[in-house]
Amino acid sequence: MANDKFTAIVVGAGPAGSTAALVLARAGHEVLLIEKGAVPGAKNMFGGRLYSHALNRIIPEFWERAPVERPVVRETLTLLHDGRSVSLNVRNLDWVSPPHHSFTLHRAEFDAWLASEAEEAGAMLACSIRVDDLLMENGRVIGIRAGEDEMFADVVIAADGVNSLLAQRAGLAGMASPRQVATGVKQIIELPSDVIRRRFQLEGNNGAAQLFVGDCTGGMQGGGFVYTNRESVSLGLVINANELRKTQRSLFELIEDFKMNPHIAPLLEGGDVGEYSAHLIPEAGLAMMPRVFGQGILVAGDAAGFALNLGYVVRGMDFAIASGEAAAKTVIQAKKHNDFSRRGLSFYQKYLRENFVLRDLAAYRRAPEFMENCRLFETYPDLITSLMAEVFTVSGSQPVHLFTKILSRVRQSRVSLAKLFIDGWRGATWL
Amino acid sequence: MALKRLSIEQLLGLNKFVVDDEEAHILLDKECCRSCITRPCTAACPAGCYKAEKGEVNFDYAGCLECGTCRVVCPLSDRAIVWRYPRGGFGIQFRYG
Repeated sequence: MANDKFTAIVVGAGPAGSTAALVLARAGHEVLLIEKGAVPGAKNMFGGRLYSHALNRIIPEFWERAPVERPVVRETLTLLHDGRSVSLNVRNLDWVSPPHHSFTLHRAEFDAWLASEAEEAGAMLACSIRVDDLLMENGRVIGIRAGEDEMFADVVIAADGVNSLLAQRAGLAGMASPRQVATGVKQIIELPSDVIRRRFQLEGNNGAAQLFVGDCTGGMQGGGFVYTNRESVSLGLVINANELRKTQRSLFELIEDFKMNPHIAPLLEGGDVGEYSAHLIPEAGLAMMPRVFGQGILVAGDAAGFALNLGYVVRGMDFAIASGEAAAKTVIQAKKHNDFSRRGLSFYQKYLRENFVLRDLAAYRRAPEFMENCRLFETYPDLITSLMAEVFTVSGSQPVHLFTKILSRVRQSRVSLAKLFIDGWRGATWL
Repeated sequence: MALKRLSIEQLLGLNKFVVDDEEAHILLDKECCRSCITRPCTAACPAGCYKAEKGEVNFDYAGCLECGTCRVVCPLSDRAIVWRYPRGGFGIQFRYG
């Protein structure tokens, strides 16, 4: 049908795809951005927060125009076990003055906006189109097929998300193993903004982010999260798919339990559930990274497994945006030499290292292994919450000094001091 | 007022779906599923779309959130599940996301 040949066809109008299209369009290239949803963002969800740095380099002060919800001023990490919780609370006013450190947002709105930025820069956006296959010629990707339609380009950028069927079709990626991904579920709880402000102790439009580790996942590898939006709270759970494979407990029941948890319920009281969503999250970092470039094809964002979970910091969108930018720069470079072979596209790796994506994933390459330690999700939350509860309890019984209390709690937890030391050391040097 | 506990049907009822009446985007090989002992899809699907009934696994694609968990946890993945996204414009439409 369409005989026009594009410089690039970008599949997927998420943050990686739209950024790639934006950067290419700005450089004057013919770029087609294809989205399977009726509008960009209709198929996308995440926990709740964007770290600003990557987008701020591409669209300076993007928050002036973008539909963001709240800049995050307070970070909280909470350990949960039975009726006890222990939280670490960090508030930093620097995070909420320009350049704002991070924002909560809704992907349906934000992704639509970012795609419209690409469109305004000259990219052609086509929605409601599911790409069914890659067009190949002599082992080289030359375009895409969607239903009856075939479209051609010098290069295809597969930004089609964590289930990247295109990277698999191109022979660049295999199926992810359950251990390498996690399933995230989220409920939007609608609440008035002044209620959110009071309950989360926030000033003005500032926001809060809270991560939970412990029995909210029933001891399974994963965690819970709460992010405040303007007039809603994003509440969710993320659990490793290998754990889900073995359990009989459903995520939709676990998230209901989490919502009812007495540590969480008071924050949500009176709210209405506005939406229930789910998504897969790449968690294995470099270990699951496909070959990110091939003959006539580049892979970006979740499709390339670019995400990072450190337990206290969870990143995905900034990697997606930066990888989309790197993919665009690669295409611009390749176009100069009119070489879209594997070799011509090998600049991609260089750009990914320079702009932090591969550098950060390499630096934290052992984080996924650290997260597989089952003690993190049951033993330690139990140990720490029971110890701290004891420290703050006054009962008239025989005084025991802190050091003795700690030792006796560790002994009760049945974790050897050697294991405790190793876990502590790994945490401090791998994360 | 405390939040009420919601069933998966109630949760999915809050979402906007554009159901494709002509094409199911996920197809199961009933033979494979019958021989499967563990059936992790039935518990792992966050939308509860997979149900074991009378020795068979049934899938209702109408409430699918398109996450891909089933495809990953399925022990016979490449044979039992033909997994695609819905046709363009169909399926889940996140209003928040």
